[in-house]
Amino acid sequence: MKKSSVLSLCFVLLCLLLNACASPASVPTVSVSQTLTVFAAASLTEAFAEIGKGFEAAHPGLKVAFNFGGSQSLRTQLEQGAVADVFAPASEAELDKAVAAGLVNGGSVRPFAANHLVVILPKDNPAKVEKLEDLARPGLKLVLAAEAVPAGQYTRAALDKMEKQFGSGFKDKVLANLVSSEDNVKQVVVKVQLGEADAGLVYASDALAAPELRTIPIPAEYNVTVTYPIVVLAFAPHPDLAAEFVEYVLSAEGQAALMKWGFGK
Amino acid sequence: MKIVEGVLCWENCIKLTDHSPHIYIRGKSIWLFIIPGGALVCLLALPLVALLWRAAEAGLMGQMLDPVALTALQLSLLTSTLATLAAALTGTPLAFALARWPFRGRPWVELLIDLPVVLPPAVAGLALLMAFGRRGVFGGALGAVGISLPFTMAAVVVAQTFVAAPLYVRAARIGFAGVDPQLEEAAYAEGANQWQLFRYVMLPVTGRAILSGLILCWTRALGEFGATILFAGNLEGRTQTMPLAIYLGLERNLGVALALSALLLVISMALLALLRRLENSASHS
Repeated sequence: MKKSSVLSLCFVLLCLLLNACASPASVPTVSVSQTLTVFAAASLTEAFAEIGKGFEAAHPGLKVAFNFGGSQSLRTQLEQGAVADVFAPASEAELDKAVAAGLVNGGSVRPFAANHLVVILPKDNPAKVEKLEDLARPGLKLVLAAEAVPAGQYTRAALDKMEKQFGSGFKDKVLANLVSSEDNVKQVVVKVQLGEADAGLVYASDALAAPELRTIPIPAEYNVTVTYPIVVLAFAPHPDLAAEFVEYVLSAEGQAALMKWGFGK
Repeated sequence: MKIVEGVLCWENCIKLTDHSPHIYIRGKSIWLFIIPGGALVCLLALPLVALLWRAAEAGLMGQMLDPVALTALQLSLLTSTLATLAAALTGTPLAFALARWPFRGRPWVELLIDLPVVLPPAVAGLALLMAFGRRGVFGGALGAVGISLPFTMAAVVVAQTFVAAPLYVRAARIGFAGVDPQLEEAAYAEGANQWQLFRYVMLPVTGRAILSGLILCWTRALGEFGATILFAGNLEGRTQTMPLAIYLGLERNLGVALALSALLLVISMALLALLRRLENSASHS
C-alpha cells in the first residue's frame, strides 16, 4: 500500500510537471495577464521594442513578447510549429512562403514600413573605406547577411545594380572580400561594432540604432526598397489582440516610432 | 596490475555490474527506477531516432553530395584533426606534469582545464574574440607580426582546441596518474631521465588512456559550434564547419541539414563505441 501510494504520488507530480511545462499561455487564464507573441525581423528590434511598450501601456495586464531574428529563421520556426500571434518579416518573399505553408489566412497582408541599405564601417575605419568602389579593394574584410536572409538577398541585388555602374566583375570582387555570412542582419552590425570586420551592408535603421558606427549611403539608383509586411498568423492564440497590434503599428503612434528608428513608409 | 583507473565515470559503473555476481530484483518498487529512468532514456533516444528517420526520408545519400555539405564535411574533418593534433602536442606534456609533479599553482591549472568543459561555447567564443580578435587585448601584438585570427580557418582550429583540448588533458592526466610508482622508481634506478621515463615507460603503459582522450577530444571538436560562429564567423569553404552548415542550412535546405546531422550523429556514435571498447579492454588487462 505504502509503495503504491508513493508511486501514484510520483505519477501525479510528473503529470503536473509535464502539464505545467507543455501548456504555456493557452491555459484558461485565471489571472488577467496575457502574452501576445510577435515574431519580427531582426532589423525591427529597436522600433518594435518601443511599439511594444506603447501597446502594453494601452492594454494593462498585457505583455508583448518578441522573437527577433532572421526572417527566414522565424519562418522556419513557425513552420516547425512555433506558436505566435503576429509575423513581421523583412521581405514579402518570406511572407509568401509563410502563406504557402498555410501559416497565414490570405488577404490580410499589410505593408507598414520601408527600409534601404547602407554601408557601415567601424568608427576608426581601419580599411579607409571612403566610397562604394572601395568595397572591391582586395584585402578588405567584408561581412554580409547570409544569402538565405532577406538582408543578404537585398545586398546581392544592390551589388548587381552597382556592377552596372562600376564595371563588370565588381560584384565578384566585393564578394571575394566576404569573410563571414551572418545569420541575421544584427550579427553583421555586431561584427563591425567589434571592429573585426572593415565594412558591412545593413539596413539604414540598423545603422541609426548603432550611432557609433560610420555609414556610407548607397544612392537610390543602386539601392533597393525593402518593404515590411505584417500579418496576423492563422493559428494565433489571441487573434483579436493581434489584429489590434497590427492596427497600432499602422497608427500614427506606431508609424512615429518606426520613423524615429529610421524606417520610411 | 591495474593500469587505468576509470577514465570516465560510466566506465566504473560498467565495472561494477561486471563484478557483481548476483542481481536481485524484488518488489514493485523496481518501477520507481524503471519509469523515471525509462523516461529519460526516451527523452535522449527519441529525438535521435526521429532525426535519423527524417534524414532517411529526405534521401540521405543524395543530400550528402550537396556541395555545401561536402565542403563543410571536409573542413570539419580537417579542422578537428588539426585541433586534436594541437591538443596532443601541448596537452600530453601538460597532463604528464599535472599527474606527476606537485608544483605550486597546480590546482589553478586544473581548474582552468576543467572550465571549458562547463563554459557555454558562446562565452568561449566571446572570450577568444576579446583576447585574439583584431581589437582584442592581444590582437594588436598579433597584428604587429602579421597575424589576424578572426574569420580564418586557424580561428576555427583555435576555437575547437580551446573547447576540446581540456577533455584530452583530463583523460591523459588520469592515465598518467594511474601508473604504478614502482615502475617509475625502477626507471629512475636504471638512470632514466624525465624524457626517457615519459617515452619508454609512461607512454606505452598509458597508450589506451591517451587514445581514448584523443577520441573524446576529436568528437568534441567535430561538434563545436558556438565558439566557432562567434570567433571564426561563417563562410563556406573557409570557416563553415558541419555544425554551422547544419544551423544555417536549416533555413535554406532542411534536407542537407538533416543529412549532415545524421552523419555527425553516426560518426559520434561510432567514436564513442570505439572509446568504450578501448576502455573495457583496458580495464580487463
